[in-house]
Amino acid sequence: MAIEVRIPTILRTHTGGNKTVSGSGATLSALIDDLDAQHSGLKNRLVTEEGKLHRFVNVYVNDEDVRFTGALDTQVKDGDSVTILPAVAGGC
Amino acid sequence: MLRIDRATYDAIVAHAREDHPDEACGVVAGPEGTERPERFIPMLNAARSPTFYEFDSADLLRLYREMDDRDEWPVVVYHSHTATEAYPSRTDVGYASGPAADPRTHYVLVSTRHHEKQTGLVGDDVEFRSFRIVDGEVSEEEVEIVESYLFGHSPTTVVYD
Repeated sequence: MAIEVRIPTILRTHTGGNKTVSGSGATLSALIDDLDAQHSGLKNRLVTEEGKLHRFVNVYVNDEDVRFTGALDTQVKDGDSVTILPAVAGGC
Repeated sequence: MLRIDRATYDAIVAHAREDHPDEACGVVAGPEGTERPERFIPMLNAARSPTFYEFDSADLLRLYREMDDRDEWPVVVYHSHTATEAYPSRTDVGYASGPAADPRTHYVLVSTRHHEKQTGLVGDDVEFRSFRIVDGEVSEEEVEIVESYLFGHSPTTVVYD
């Protein structure tokens, strides 16, 4: 069993068009490294040069927004479901 | 070009009027991969602010799960400006150019800056404009309003015996 990751439409260019990919790792950070090894370029889209999760991206582990659970240090395990989404916001 | 049906157009404008002076926001979903805005989904502005809007993070997840289950994507993401023109702000452009934001989205901006106390009255001046935002570049597009979306687009297939 692995961790299932849902990929937003625009990032499917990195996953051969697949909506869902799977990976492994003990933390979100390790999972993203594993995904990047399989789908080159994915990490650059999610993690900034400073090594933080991009602020315009929302990542959920199961139903929890990782902003509230330790961001890239959030623990993940086999059977978890991870969802990546664009943040939708703005202002005048 | 954005082609949108009258009922959806009116629903977006009505939502903007209703939430004035706060910004209103929402999406119009359509079959994934198409340009057809078919299902109007007003969202709560979690910021409840006259100068900022955001989808609550849990609402966002629910919305995308639901669209995913129905093989839809957000054809239109709309929001209102309540004191400024219907043109994407720097913040709008920042979010729309985010690494997970799809540049195929139509960004609709509605401005209620002129309608003041006349909220909801016929004849209020509400601006409605649509934009593409790609890598920080904003380009306005034409908006075509069709009476009924389902019958408004071509080609239709006519089979003769």
